[in-house]
Amino acid sequence: MSLLAVEQLDARHGLLQAVRGVTFTVAAGETLALVGANGAGKTTLLRTIAGAHRPFGGRILFDGIDVTAVPAYARLRTGIALVPEGRRLFNGMTVKENLLVAGAYGNSGPWTLDTVLDAFPLLRPRLNNRAGTLSGGEQQATAIGRALMTNPKLLLLDEVSLGLAPIAVEAVYRSLEALIKVGATILLVEQDIGRALGVATRVACMLEGRIILAKDAKDVTREQVTEAYFGLQRARRVTS
Amino acid sequence: MIWITQLLNGVLLGGYYALLACGLSFMFGVMRIINLAHGDLAILCACVVFFIADQTGISPFVALIVALPLMAAIGFWLQRLMLERSLRGGMLVPLLTTFGLAIVIENGLFEYFGADSRSLAPYIGDFAFDSWAIPGNIYIGSLALLIFAVAVVLLGGLKLFLTHTSLGRAIRATAEDPDTAGLVGINARYVYAVAAAIAVASAGLAGVFLAMRETFSPYSGPTQLIFAFEAVVIGGIGSLSGTLVGGIVLGIAQTFGAQINPQGFLIAGHVVFLVVLAGRLAAGALQARGGLHRLFARRS
Repeated sequence: MSLLAVEQLDARHGLLQAVRGVTFTVAAGETLALVGANGAGKTTLLRTIAGAHRPFGGRILFDGIDVTAVPAYARLRTGIALVPEGRRLFNGMTVKENLLVAGAYGNSGPWTLDTVLDAFPLLRPRLNNRAGTLSGGEQQATAIGRALMTNPKLLLLDEVSLGLAPIAVEAVYRSLEALIKVGATILLVEQDIGRALGVATRVACMLEGRIILAKDAKDVTREQVTEAYFGLQRARRVTS
Repeated sequence: MIWITQLLNGVLLGGYYALLACGLSFMFGVMRIINLAHGDLAILCACVVFFIADQTGISPFVALIVALPLMAAIGFWLQRLMLERSLRGGMLVPLLTTFGLAIVIENGLFEYFGADSRSLAPYIGDFAFDSWAIPGNIYIGSLALLIFAVAVVLLGGLKLFLTHTSLGRAIRATAEDPDTAGLVGINARYVYAVAAAIAVASAGLAGVFLAMRETFSPYSGPTQLIFAFEAVVIGGIGSLSGTLVGGIVLGIAQTFGAQINPQGFLIAGHVVFLVVLAGRLAAGALQARGGLHRLFARRS
């Protein structure tokens, strides 16, 4: 059975419909990469799954339970954690406090302050620094660590490489690969198609609020994704 | 020598102002609510304690055991039932709601207690006017010293609570970014209500101390609100240690003003407040959007 099932999900920002009738599933242990251009609805979809955005229609089933109406703070306890776009750390608090504040309200499990710091050793010397003073890569590591502290069954990652130096992106992805290897279930939003295809088991491409391509990562070519990304198939249909 | 005595009196009076201002500052720091009913909530608690002491003969200090949890509960449900809803309408709506609440409290108390001035001083015996003489012909009021000590312990304890407990960290996280707080499992509604409970209970404590030191009537609240405001603005909005400093500065200004001229008590406090405010505005340092993290900012 799938861990996450999204059924006919609609999400809006006022009159703007950002997510239109999206249906997909994520199985336990799978890494699904969600790609698509800016404004395709990826962030809204992730925030809706995490409970930070109220859906307009459709259902979200997690572990077989309907969580559509569950608020974000309670949904976290069912095992969904989001690493939000732009990291959104508590900048006035130290790295340690950022991690502890999440740990206090999440589930207990293998991830503790110590194991998170083992996974992200670069944070150890920065523990008592304020999150706002960290480099982009360190902040991203803190944001992922903060989500892990809640011991999620499903980790939602929104643009973890955005605004990072290439070397920091490399480090973040090495940690992600390590996570995937130990069996984490991840739903990943990524602009960099190459990166996405590199770590994912499945790829879904969003365009204008809809999923227009969903395939196993090994069966999909870069060209297919590029076409879906820019909506070329439809453009061709219109012109021919 | 009189100036040294007055300086000490000013510092101790500042402890009362810090205690009074702490809840106002805290509520603004966490929820961005300026609680215009703050002074009236303080008087409400004083009336509750007065009622208990008057009816049963129980010491006001013992009555606090009942009154403070009652004030905390009032604060919790005030946030849950009223302020939370008005916050959705923006910054201005809570200002109007708490203004209305202030009027309701004042007139509700007037209805029951009438316009008479009362005091808790008769119920605490000699303690109301006891003092210690220290060498050099200086006298320190024991009640004033107690209030100052309570203020320091409360502000310090609140700071420790915010840094070293998980609920305290949750309050700071929610103050900074309630949306993201939800994403790490914090129930922002509950955290806000707890913060309101703390703020209102601390206001109540200040109100009871006020009633022990001097007289109060159902309409004493607004004056106390102004003092609390002045202490908060002098010390820096949202900063707990700043609130203590602000209270002390206000207290010293008032006692020195009174020493110069018996009428100078209020005016000296207001002048210092205005001078600090003008200075801050000029320096662009009064950033009301500062946020709770400024509680821990090292003050320059």
